[in-house]
Amino acid sequence: MKVETRGLRVILGAREVLSGLDFSAHAGEVTAVIGPNGAGKTTLLRVIAGLLRPSAGTAAIDGREIADWQPQALARVLAYLPQERVVHWALSARAVVALGRLPYQPLGVGESAADGHAIAAALAAVDATHLAARPVLDMSGGERARILVARALAQEPRVLLADEPAAGLDPAHQLSLFHHFTRLAEGGRTIVVALHDLSLAARFCHRIVLMHKGRAVAAGSPADVLTEERLAAVYGIHAHYATLDGVPIVLATDVLP
Amino acid sequence: MMAASGTGGVKPLHLIAVLAVATLAAFILSLSIGPAGLGIGASGEARSLIFMEIRLPRAILGALIGAALGLSGAALQGYLRNPLAEPTLVGVSGGAALGAVLAIHLGLLQVFALALPLGGLAGAAVAMLLVVVLAGVRGGPVTLILAGLAVSSIATALISLALNLSQNPFAAVEMVFWVMGSLADRSLTQVWLSAPLMLVGIGLLLTVGRALDALTLGEDAAAGLGTDLARTRLMVIAGTALAVGAATAVTGIIGFVGLIVPHALRPFAQHRPSLLLPASMLGGAIMLLVADVALRLMQPWAELRIGVLTALIGAPFFVWLVIRTRAELAP
Repeated sequence: MKVETRGLRVILGAREVLSGLDFSAHAGEVTAVIGPNGAGKTTLLRVIAGLLRPSAGTAAIDGREIADWQPQALARVLAYLPQERVVHWALSARAVVALGRLPYQPLGVGESAADGHAIAAALAAVDATHLAARPVLDMSGGERARILVARALAQEPRVLLADEPAAGLDPAHQLSLFHHFTRLAEGGRTIVVALHDLSLAARFCHRIVLMHKGRAVAAGSPADVLTEERLAAVYGIHAHYATLDGVPIVLATDVLP
Repeated sequence: MMAASGTGGVKPLHLIAVLAVATLAAFILSLSIGPAGLGIGASGEARSLIFMEIRLPRAILGALIGAALGLSGAALQGYLRNPLAEPTLVGVSGGAALGAVLAIHLGLLQVFALALPLGGLAGAAVAMLLVVVLAGVRGGPVTLILAGLAVSSIATALISLALNLSQNPFAAVEMVFWVMGSLADRSLTQVWLSAPLMLVGIGLLLTVGRALDALTLGEDAAAGLGTDLARTRLMVIAGTALAVGAATAVTGIIGFVGLIVPHALRPFAQHRPSLLLPASMLGGAIMLLVADVALRLMQPWAELRIGVLTALIGAPFFVWLVIRTRAELAP
């Protein structure tokens, strides 16, 4: 399913957070949304998830305006993983992941066999099968983050929007998470991740959208977008884009004066 | 309802079944205990009179009001994602108490007996409208807490004013006693007056379970799971207002049931808000029925009001909660 926004404008309080943003993400690809703090990455994801109405412009999924989707129907197609890792009650990890199946359960009907499979698969995908019975509030930050990713995966979305899904994860789990995203994309899903880790973006994302002050200033393949001039102009850093053993890396060496 | 998550502990259906049986037992206990023994000796007519006019309304009100308090406490804690929330927080009990106090103050009680509960209902309705207007349909938990606090404060201030201005000491005593809460001397008329409203409120609150489960992950994630946040907010406010407003209108303020019951049952409900709703509804009924029976057993020695008893049990529980919370937060 294609995600597309045109001329998106969002004003929060007195600040214009998005000013005429054109953005698109396609099925079969992992798309990274990158940009400095306050560039509008989270706001873009919230608009696409239907949580925020833009004051101008359009946002559509599969060619259909987001406001025209039924919330339940949208929740079966699109999963949104917020940046805040909030769990308010001492639910077990499995119970948290099971919340991802709510859009599939008619009122008063319990968990189906399909729900059970989706939950087990989601837990396995983030290497957390052994954590299933543990209360989420007793877990480390990284473990909890993985459980929350699993909740979004259990939703079995055609479009997955993940805001900083790798933050706080150890390197092994960061890599395996992005391998999983790549596999999902190969299966025809549309994956959109907001990221600060430019190396992860360069290595795993088919397409990168670079945002600055509410606009997309560049979009394309990692090698096209992550040029030294652009990173200097947008992030104010001196950075190198290189490949090491065939793996692209971006290394920020200094802050520009 | 979801199936048991395989984490051990009590199975959801077992929990509800056990609580339902206990509720029924407490209800029967409440019907069968009182100063007048209904055993051998009492004539058939006196017996049915005592049963229909005294015992039955008292037991029905005890069960329904306990259920309303327990359920709305669980719903509010789930909606506000705060284990310290309780029904008096929304301001409707204050409003109901003010309405009843005004009915006494203005002398309406002498004109017709139902002025008390009707005044309470009117007060609860006004309080609920004020809270909805102040808090708005959209908005976070904080605005709701603040709006409820504001309305409660106004109600408390006006109750004090009515007491202050009261010329008649008997009326003042009546107001004070009424605010303390009591299940004694209630008739079936009061049941007919309040029960339908409480049942509607209970019905509304029982529909928000899924939404409260989703809200465990915060408002954005819940909305992303298809939850209608505005509808949930309205259901919680209206349901609590109807259930607790109608309850307060006939019995006065009964505190702490809505705080303690969800707290005590949460571990047995696997911390799941949707399961905690029916569990707390039954648990609230059990607590109030048993407390009321205890009062009647104590009666020869002490004439206690039920609101006073629940406060006597509840306040130390609150202290314990503070100590436990402090221990959890300690480094």
